[in-house]
Amino acid sequence: MKRFRERGTTGWCEDMSLGIENITLEEIPEVSYKHRLEITGRVSRSLVEEISRVKKEPEWMRNLRLRALEFFEKARTPQWIPFIEKIDLDEITSLYVKPDVEKTEKWEDLPEEVRKIYEKLKLPESYARYLAGLTSVLDSESVFVGVKEYLRSLGVVMIPMEEAVVKYPNLVREYFSRVFPYTDHKFAALHYALWSGGVFVYVPKNVRVAYPVEAFFFVGREMEGQFEHSLIVADEGSEIVFIEGCSAPRLRKESFHDGMVEIYAHKASKVSFVTVQNWSRNIVNFNNKRAIAEEGATVDWVEGSIGSKFTVTYPSTILRGEGSSTTSTVMSISRGGVVKDTGSKVIHAAPRTTSRVTSKSIVADGGVSIYRGLVQVNKGSKGSASYVECESLILDEKSQSHTYPIVHLLEDDASVGHEASTVKLDEDQVFYLMSRGLRRNEAVSTIIHGFIRDVLKKLPFEFAVMMSRVLDAEFGEYGGVG
Amino acid sequence: MLEVDNVSVEVNGVTVVRRVSLRVRRGEIVVLMGPNGSGKTSLAYAIMGHPSYRVVEGRILLEGEDVTKLPPHEKARRGLFLFFQNPVEVRGVNLLDLIKAVFEAGGVSGAGVEKLVLETADKVGLKKTLLTRGLNEGFSGGEKKRSELLQAILLKPRCLIMDEPDSGLDVEGVRLLADFIRERAGEGACILLITHYPNLLNYVTPSKVLVLVKGVVKAEGGMELVEKISREGYNGLV
Repeated sequence: MKRFRERGTTGWCEDMSLGIENITLEEIPEVSYKHRLEITGRVSRSLVEEISRVKKEPEWMRNLRLRALEFFEKARTPQWIPFIEKIDLDEITSLYVKPDVEKTEKWEDLPEEVRKIYEKLKLPESYARYLAGLTSVLDSESVFVGVKEYLRSLGVVMIPMEEAVVKYPNLVREYFSRVFPYTDHKFAALHYALWSGGVFVYVPKNVRVAYPVEAFFFVGREMEGQFEHSLIVADEGSEIVFIEGCSAPRLRKESFHDGMVEIYAHKASKVSFVTVQNWSRNIVNFNNKRAIAEEGATVDWVEGSIGSKFTVTYPSTILRGEGSSTTSTVMSISRGGVVKDTGSKVIHAAPRTTSRVTSKSIVADGGVSIYRGLVQVNKGSKGSASYVECESLILDEKSQSHTYPIVHLLEDDASVGHEASTVKLDEDQVFYLMSRGLRRNEAVSTIIHGFIRDVLKKLPFEFAVMMSRVLDAEFGEYGGVG
Repeated sequence: MLEVDNVSVEVNGVTVVRRVSLRVRRGEIVVLMGPNGSGKTSLAYAIMGHPSYRVVEGRILLEGEDVTKLPPHEKARRGLFLFFQNPVEVRGVNLLDLIKAVFEAGGVSGAGVEKLVLETADKVGLKKTLLTRGLNEGFSGGEKKRSELLQAILLKPRCLIMDEPDSGLDVEGVRLLADFIRERAGEGACILLITHYPNLLNYVTPSKVLVLVKGVVKAEGGMELVEKISREGYNGLV
């Protein structure tokens, strides 16, 4: 498998600082701030029209919403999500929530209670030190939109999605819902009917953005739905690193996140999309992510799946242009009643395309981890190669791990490899390490770090540091001290 | 002093060691021999505290303290060390990091540790590249023994249970091992040495030899017992 690009610690993003090293891991307590407008009730035509009206949208967008709604009403609920028996949309009563906050470029303009949330999440610090741009979505609307002069001078567009709809209608129409159509599944349709918030990024030809941009999503209350839509268009020869962060406070009931990311990577461009998913344990997280890569383009997905109650996400790339490539690395933790149904999809639709998918999951205390992946090599995609590796570490008898890899190989001249393994915590290993003087929790933690080490080595250094901290916080005391 | 007092060991409800007593004083080398499957490793695991090897009867004392119920790390901190016959592989955890972590757990950290590890590895003939590879992953039999020896040297235990430390080692390795055992015994450590091979015993002089058969001590003696076994095997004892 020499054809794959192997990267060292520094090869990724050329030493770029992501600003995620010190993210807040502690659970955020309940928060409260004022709401200006709330659209509640069952999903219906009038509700969708109301959202469109509030947003003063052009007709084409309103029609898109209504078509998506029609599809949603007809489509069946996916039957293949075994552990999520029911996603009760009637429980989600607030489908559009506009906080009582004027959108601003300055942290000090935000109401104190909102600013405090962001300070706790260290967002102002990250923005000041590492990021070229930051959009912060609170409930259904972007409230902080910071774009540094550096980004403007490069001609990069980074604005809230709804503003882009009005300001760059032709550009948006060319891509919006083209990468991930609403006809894909019921929740994609629901997303298009109700979408609000999110960010639009356009990187002009041959522009290489040397600092990452970030979008941060925060759901403030229970029984709320967040349906943000982000669209990244990287023009020919451009490069950008996009960070997506998610958080929510401790909630009494569930909230529903059904966001979407569409990426269009033009010829020879490079898009890296890094997700740090740290939803609180009440969030049902349905995340739709898809990219199209044109000739020679590269799309890299990296996800640290830390929080949420249920997560269903399958970062996907369609390798449409010759010589395009993609990697997808997902690291997930499922503890307690948490279910992570994740996986990656790659469609090789052109010759000499390559993909590498890596999934590492750690399950404990009755957690469930599911890998559900698809690799399809279309007829004519000669000389293509794909390698999928998924591994789970199960820490106790109560926890489960399942693997459903699907490979459709329609071209003979292609190489596809798949490796899957599930390992249980080995008491002989624990004993060995303890016999040297490590406490049980230290021994288990050492084994967990060892399990994930080979993947972390290939990722940006800061991501590795962040994940290490997450593992320490999650499993530092696992299995008791004795 | 290590005292094993009337100890019985159960694994999955099966008794594998029955009422074994032995005593290793400071500076003493006691040899434990016995045919395959006689319970030698089970006894070693039970002394160190493997949760699957339950001491169901008797006591284990370290310097007079009853440590029978202590977890392995507490025993390690009291100076007990198990030299594993077949040390387990641990992916992604390397020897250098492990030793550093152990030193750190004991309150010692800093660059000095790394230097010490490198120098000692060189002395025991362990290639530098093995220090940063997954623990025992792809190590040859001899390399595994050298890795155990390296840890035994660095952790300076007061009491060592050495489970076939010589198997798989070349002549040079056996000599290094013998030097280490003599030196540690000379410094007052107590050593319980499990071995099949009289070769090692050409270099170190045990004060006592015990023969374990089917979990029971069947014979006790000195070097003459070793000579008898190498002539006649365990037949006379089984």
